[in-house]
Amino acid sequence: MTDWSILLQLLFAGVGTGSIYALVAVGFNVIFKSTDAINFAQGEWVMMGGMIAAATIAVAQSPIWLACLFAVVIVTAVGMLSERLVILPLRRPTPLLITLVSIGLAICTKSAVMLTLGKNPAGYPGFEGDAVVTLSGASVPAQTLWIIGLTVVFMVLAHFFFERTILGKAMRAAAADRDAAALVGIKVRNTVLWSFAIAAMAGAVAGTIITPLTFTSYDHGTLLGFKGFSAAMLGGLGNLYGAVAGGLVLGLLETFAAGYLSSDFKDAVAFLVLLIILFWRPAGLLGRAAIEKV
Amino acid sequence: MTLLEVAGVERRFGGLLAVSDLSFSVEAGAIKAVIGPNGAGKTTLFNMIAGITPVSAGQIRLRGERIDHLRPYRRVERGIARTFQNLQIFRDLTVLENVMVGRHSRTGSGLLGALLQTPAAHREERRIEEAAFAQLERLGLAQRAADKAGDLSFGECKILEIARALAAEPDLLLLDEPIAGVPHGEVDRICDLIRGLNADGLTVLLVEHNMRMVMRMSHSILVLNYGRKIAEGTVDEVRHDPAVLEAYLGEPEDVA
Amino acid sequence: MATVEISATSAVLRRPRRLSGNHLALGVVWLAAACFPLVAPNYFFVSLGIFFFINLILIASLNTLMGFCGQISLCHGAFFGLGAYTSGILSARYGLDALVSLPAAMVVAALSALLIGLPALRLRGHYLAMATLGFNAIVFVLFNRLVDLTGGPNGLLGVGPFEIAGWSPASDSGYFYLAWAAGGLVMLAILNLLRSRIGRALRALATSEIAADSLGVDCFRYKLMVFVLTAAMAGLAGCLYVHYNQFASPETFSFFASVLLVVMVALGGWGRYWGPIYGALIFTAVPELLRSAEDLELFLFGLSMILVLLLFPGGLAAAGESLVRRLRGRRTA
Repeated sequence: MTDWSILLQLLFAGVGTGSIYALVAVGFNVIFKSTDAINFAQGEWVMMGGMIAAATIAVAQSPIWLACLFAVVIVTAVGMLSERLVILPLRRPTPLLITLVSIGLAICTKSAVMLTLGKNPAGYPGFEGDAVVTLSGASVPAQTLWIIGLTVVFMVLAHFFFERTILGKAMRAAAADRDAAALVGIKVRNTVLWSFAIAAMAGAVAGTIITPLTFTSYDHGTLLGFKGFSAAMLGGLGNLYGAVAGGLVLGLLETFAAGYLSSDFKDAVAFLVLLIILFWRPAGLLGRAAIEKV
Repeated sequence: MTLLEVAGVERRFGGLLAVSDLSFSVEAGAIKAVIGPNGAGKTTLFNMIAGITPVSAGQIRLRGERIDHLRPYRRVERGIARTFQNLQIFRDLTVLENVMVGRHSRTGSGLLGALLQTPAAHREERRIEEAAFAQLERLGLAQRAADKAGDLSFGECKILEIARALAAEPDLLLLDEPIAGVPHGEVDRICDLIRGLNADGLTVLLVEHNMRMVMRMSHSILVLNYGRKIAEGTVDEVRHDPAVLEAYLGEPEDVA
Repeated sequence: MATVEISATSAVLRRPRRLSGNHLALGVVWLAAACFPLVAPNYFFVSLGIFFFINLILIASLNTLMGFCGQISLCHGAFFGLGAYTSGILSARYGLDALVSLPAAMVVAALSALLIGLPALRLRGHYLAMATLGFNAIVFVLFNRLVDLTGGPNGLLGVGPFEIAGWSPASDSGYFYLAWAAGGLVMLAILNLLRSRIGRALRALATSEIAADSLGVDCFRYKLMVFVLTAAMAGLAGCLYVHYNQFASPETFSFFASVLLVVMVALGGWGRYWGPIYGALIFTAVPELLRSAEDLELFLFGLSMILVLLLFPGGLAAAGESLVRRLRGRRTA
């Protein structure tokens, strides 16, 4: 293989991985914007998407796209149910408390999946089976192209939702200033519910489309969630477009580190670069530094 | 003797010039007031003198020595202490502990002394506590010493901040709106307090909106508008300065 | 904390005593705890006691950094692991005893804290959390991948028992008293620190760095000091852990372990001196209680965590304090 085709192959793989991280990062950002908290269950929702899709295909022999759609619907419902059961009852929903509760939620979600769907890894073929596309000598799995495409579609829809729909604008208003939003008649507690729904949806989409390439199992979510969170921080917490930037940067870094340096230490390299970026620009690539007024 | 000298100081926030080409000095033993409409740059000036905001240009000198490159805690060691417009008391600490923190720059027992609770560290703690208590007595807050600072009224908090700043034994005290929001009965108490401290030798630089208080107490006044000095002088000089009148009241034709 | 009674005149001002109420309570609790091996039904419970003190050192040091000093750290597990692996490697590969491996564990943890703290402590809130999490992730990868040094994912084998200049705890009970002493020293050190001038400065900067700065406190230096000190304590816990288990594996020191430690600080009571006792009790006892439930264990653990947080947002120490207050109120009513 020529140097160029290796580069191209890594590029596609990096963008594909980065797209997944971007989707997970969007999930973190949406909940962060509405609650100022970090939702540790996000990674588990990603895992759940893949696991449920795999189970549906195994049990009902449904077409893959249908199973994925079904999984996304279920996980979105789980996300909303989680909010109602665990977040809504909090008397004083401080960001710290919500973050801590989400850790408990993550543990419960992960073990619930383990109890119902077992500990074995699960997977299924991609939308076009195991087809591989050749571009300039580079072998790119068709699924990777689907991942990139679907992520773009999701981001466009998300942009449209937040910029053009009433609910999206209400959510942005509530995120900017709870009290002011409440005063103009926005039900703030409901916007939190919708943020959980969207975050779970984004997570499930990511989980269902990545599983054909990586397989999944009940403990797969934690690391993925962690990386998605890193991508969110990299792009600037709360910034949806930053999530895309952060996800892509992290995905490309990781893939190139694995390809050119060493696959053993690829995780360490990615986090090292992350730290360097943090120390150089704490607000993230696209974030704005918070200023304290005295 | 000139205690504080501000020379050609400028502060930029991106494209906004919050303070520009500002020069003035404060004589030792004086009470100088900084006044001006909202947004004139008074608090920015304070933050630069205290060290929280860096100067974009110019110099600040204390007793002739440049201090504008120093972090705030280093300026405390050299004799500047301040209070805050939006209270910054330590709510979870007691009133006494708040003032004890003020003694930090005048004391020095370190980690080893802390962990081992050495007799020397213990002796210093006693001295800190006595000095802090003395400040509270001086300012009339002694009976609240054991209460949590968060339980105090707004006026009491303002006095607590002053006590805390005084514990640092400053030569120059920066008071940022010391009587803003304070109930009417307390205003005179705080004013008498400031005058008493000044009589004992403390130099005071204060920001205030209450003109009566400013006119009664200040030896000299600095007037800012849009980040620039528009007047400086004694109370009488400033009172009749046309530039000042214009800034506060508008052009004579506007006063219908 | 310094208990001082003030009356209207300073003449009656009571001096801060060398030993506060908390010191006395600490002494009493520790003396009581010393009896545990005598009443424990079997060695299994004694070993639980050992783990209790190891967990207590971890949670108490983290509580000092996060609860009292206001700095978020999600890499406490990494310092625990660095201490464990340092001691373990020195013992397993070089046959060195605890005279070397104990201080080495603390020094390595402290130096790592200095290394990550210098850049990271300039950050606040989420960014500091992220930096520490990233550090933990890097350390975790190193534990896993430097197989020749650490034994990799299968763990470090062949760690000798705890031995200092020939003396070694003869039994589990002996080890219990070693852990008991270490735990007591750490709690004493923390109490002394919090009551001191430095402790007061720490608590001040946790509330308002700007105000502390303008009163002469070098906030960065103090944050770094506490970060390094608490990391050294975690390193100490690591040394005790690895010599008791005679084994170490990377999973014990992952970022999730760090996250769990934060949760235990919160469950016990954030920023309360006695909170870590409750936190360590939960951390040690609950997994054992749930062990019989096997697969359900993890689920029940998560569920109980959520319930405790919903019912006692201030942690168990806060719940305990309000209970005590309510009982006192009933008696005087």
